[in-house]
Amino acid sequence: MLNIKCPYCGDRSQKEFAYGGDGTITRPKLNQEISDEEWDNFVYLRKSPRGKHIELWHHIAGCRQWFKVERDTTTHEIFRTFKPEE
Amino acid sequence: MSQNFRLNTGGLINRDKPIEFKFNGKKYIGYEGDTLASALLANGIHLIGRSFKYHRPRGFFGAGVDEPNAKMQVEINGCSEPNINATEIELVNGLSASSQNCWPSVNFDIGAINNFLNRFFPAGFYYKTFMWPKSFWYRVYEPFIRKAAGLGIASLEKDKERYEHKYEYCDLLVTGSGPAGLASAYAAAKNGAKVILAEDKPRYGGTLLTDDVTIDNLSGKDWSEKIISELKEMPNVIVKNRSQVFGYYDHNMMVMFERTGDHLEKKPKYTPRQRLWYIRAKEVLLSTGSIERPIVFGNNDTPGVFLSAAAKEYMKVYGVLIGKKPIIFTNNDSGYETAIEFKKNGVNPIVLDTREDQKSELINEAKDLDIKIKFSYAVIVAHGYKKVKSATIGKLDKDKIDFENTEQIDCDSICVSGFWTPTVHLASQSGNKLKFNDSIDAFVPDKSKQNEHSLGAANGTFTLQDTLKNSFNTGSEVSKSITKKDEKIQIPNTNERKYSAHDKFWCSPLPKGKNYKRFVDFQNDVAVSDIEVALREGYRSIEHVKRYTTLGMATDQGRTSNLNGLQLVANVEKKIVPQVGHTTFRPPFTPVTIGTIVGREIGKEYMPTRKTPMHHWHEKNNAVWVDAGAWKRPRYYKRGNENLFEASKREAKNVRDHVGVCDVTTLGKIDIKGPDAAEFLNRVYTNAWLKLPVGKARYGVMLREDGIVMDDGTTTRISENHYHMTTTTAQAANVLSHLEYYLQIVWPELNVNVVSTTEQWAGAAIAGPKSRDLLAKLFPKIDVSNEALPFMGYVEGDLFGVKARIFRISFSGELAYEINVESDFGLFMWEKIIEIGEEFNVQPYGTEALSTLRIEMGHVAGPELDGRTIPYDVSLEGLVSKKKDFIGKRSLAKEAFNKADRQKIVGLVPLDRKSSIPEGSHLVENKNAKLPNPKLGHVSSSCWSVENNNPFSLAILKDGKNMIGKKLFAVSPLKNTSIEVEVMSSHYVDHEGKRVRS
Repeated sequence: MLNIKCPYCGDRSQKEFAYGGDGTITRPKLNQEISDEEWDNFVYLRKSPRGKHIELWHHIAGCRQWFKVERDTTTHEIFRTFKPEE
Repeated sequence: MSQNFRLNTGGLINRDKPIEFKFNGKKYIGYEGDTLASALLANGIHLIGRSFKYHRPRGFFGAGVDEPNAKMQVEINGCSEPNINATEIELVNGLSASSQNCWPSVNFDIGAINNFLNRFFPAGFYYKTFMWPKSFWYRVYEPFIRKAAGLGIASLEKDKERYEHKYEYCDLLVTGSGPAGLASAYAAAKNGAKVILAEDKPRYGGTLLTDDVTIDNLSGKDWSEKIISELKEMPNVIVKNRSQVFGYYDHNMMVMFERTGDHLEKKPKYTPRQRLWYIRAKEVLLSTGSIERPIVFGNNDTPGVFLSAAAKEYMKVYGVLIGKKPIIFTNNDSGYETAIEFKKNGVNPIVLDTREDQKSELINEAKDLDIKIKFSYAVIVAHGYKKVKSATIGKLDKDKIDFENTEQIDCDSICVSGFWTPTVHLASQSGNKLKFNDSIDAFVPDKSKQNEHSLGAANGTFTLQDTLKNSFNTGSEVSKSITKKDEKIQIPNTNERKYSAHDKFWCSPLPKGKNYKRFVDFQNDVAVSDIEVALREGYRSIEHVKRYTTLGMATDQGRTSNLNGLQLVANVEKKIVPQVGHTTFRPPFTPVTIGTIVGREIGKEYMPTRKTPMHHWHEKNNAVWVDAGAWKRPRYYKRGNENLFEASKREAKNVRDHVGVCDVTTLGKIDIKGPDAAEFLNRVYTNAWLKLPVGKARYGVMLREDGIVMDDGTTTRISENHYHMTTTTAQAANVLSHLEYYLQIVWPELNVNVVSTTEQWAGAAIAGPKSRDLLAKLFPKIDVSNEALPFMGYVEGDLFGVKARIFRISFSGELAYEINVESDFGLFMWEKIIEIGEEFNVQPYGTEALSTLRIEMGHVAGPELDGRTIPYDVSLEGLVSKKKDFIGKRSLAKEAFNKADRQKIVGLVPLDRKSSIPEGSHLVENKNAKLPNPKLGHVSSSCWSVENNNPFSLAILKDGKNMIGKKLFAVSPLKNTSIEVEVMSSHYVDHEGKRVRS
């Protein structure tokens, strides 16, 4: 069970969080002209990197804030956690 | 026989308190402080079970977790628990245990025929034999394997015991209270660190209880007692015995189980039987010690063969002799300690040392005591079936691959010592890649992946002086970095005997022409020959050899067999052990009861039950419940002998004819506030929201980014920047997370706050032609006319002194209102509605009637919004704005979503107007077509239309738009039905939606 430091609440057990997927994805702007392929990439395609990865987590049983986690997908080491605007 | 093998003095047992217990139905006496194993041995009982595959007689081999054989079936509180190690069961009055894997009895076991057929049961026997014919698998092979598999029998009774979970946080967790654990815990505690010290046995001290050493002129036992009593006094230390740390998980999450109840004759009320601890430790110090390794020889599984250290422990801790005529078979000095202990207790052992004329302090001491020692000797085979009676021993030749001469000598026990294997299981679980240490011929921890250190014997350090020095230092260093305190500790003086080098001798060779079974893994009945077969058949990877032979599997996890197995593979393959590698260590280190893992999360505690404020009213009025997530909702209210069908029909009919009231508290409610709230809703929902006036509600549909409908519901503008959103009961949590994601991650520039208010509001829907009359009586001061409060209107009112929100929204398709009051007044509101509604024939209705009403109206719900449908599919395309952008809009342009024959919701009525169509039925054109019959769609929701008094269903059908009027078959292979149906509009009642606006 991971130990995750919520940037708002501090160290908490993984039990309090929900995983939110790839944290490096940017949603296309509203009303933006976008090709089918670009849109499909945004909706469906995710990398599954081995090693360092930036992920979204949601402190669902806590402050209910979404934040980012830099984590090694093989060792589960967490290098840092940060607010989305950082 | 009464404790004939108990020494007159000595041991740490309480001789003043005899304890009566039962084994295989017979009564015996032991003492307080005994284990079941030591008490049985005191009574001369060695035959305690039968082996897994060959049903060979088996006896005790170890004295603790190392024990591979002595798995017992134990009666606990009316429940029978299998596979408990007798060496770990503390003796209590009334204990009742029995042998496993034998029938009719451990003395006469029919299954032992396998032993005489053993050449027909080589490694991989099951894989090879049960391959064909295929038809035999279910009828013959599987039942046979099921019967043969496993050892004990799991109880069919409900476990009445209590189990608990506990969470703890600490600076240092120390696993094991031997010298390394005590020293490191003490040093860290002195630096003010929060320390947990866990010991799996009832007694603290580990090997200090059995080794002949002194520390600061105290015996090992006295020193450990001194340290423990000091630690117990310190407020920053938790000391736990009977506690096994069995799993090492990510980020130093350690899991431990504590045996809190089994050793108590009478458990105080609420004391659990076992407790599971989740411990998050900043640092973990692994002082798990080491386990003695056997030497393999012929019939080495015969009862009476012991690990030499276990024999010593039985004497020193329990005052029990495992035999009166022992052979000590050793490749190192440890065997001499056991021999000396025997001699001190008046027993004359004979020592067979595989080494040539070795000299050491211990050997000299043994010689001084006149102990008979034979160098370059090994046991070839033990004789005796249910107990060792004699042994053939032999003088090894120079290369130790054959014997120069052999002789048979009488004995009643054989104690083997093949040197020591560090217990590296937890270190390995932490991600530490082990390395092979040549000087001790075993794996030791290498570089740490997490914050852990292995100390003492667990790290391959076998001298007390070095262990104490390293452990005090590590305890100080590690805690210093956490607490910033540095208390100097004087490392104590020790007195211990020096060991001479061990011999790399693991397995006695077979004399020519002999084929004695030489067991490597007792628990799984794996012999040397089985491993040789596996290698001959081409298995190379040690992981494959393990699975093919079952070496090192099951509860034993190869504690005593692992390294001997690896040495054997290395020998045959002409490799060295590090090239062979080792198998993976996985948690749990020792077996853990399912009860402990489950804890208190059983029965109704498995999941919280959510009850609405009106719950008890429903209960009193014969509600039959249905689970909606964690919520309990009335499915129907039973009157007399009504069944579900009759009751729901009555309730739905009453709504259509008069007025009904439904508890809708469970709908998700989200409060949305902020100057950008309208803009936010406009992006979340598919329809337009910018122009919704204050005091109006609107129905909205939200999509996922892939264009699939996520949820629907109404949202009401309470005031300028304040909205009240409702979601379906099932999606409430997901919708909130979804909104938070867009507000926090995607559009943080929007000034909007969202919060769940589901539990703040109690809701009641009143529906039916008489609902306005009822509403008027509930709120006499409010104008509830169609003009003042039109469809989708909103008004606040006063319900006999209680503030209420009134929404004119409808799920049933009738004229309807939804009233919300603060939860505390939910029951008050409900009772008022029932009381005042009496004159209008008000009746409560449950979810079944609710479904009937919405299905015949063609309103979609969960079964239609099933994560596979876009707005068009459920006829909500009219709510999709063409002008503005919103979440998921771009996906709606996908080719597949715009095909001419795209699936669409339709209504279905059986041609016979009688047969109910099972939900989930497939729609096909020809019910007799050859399989696979092309599927055109599926039935999503079914009801008995109260309006038309016949069955009606909703379905998602390919090209639904152009299928109206067609005849199809609804086939359900599950229910074995095939019903001819007519396709029609999904709006079966009130096509034009007149009633809701009336």
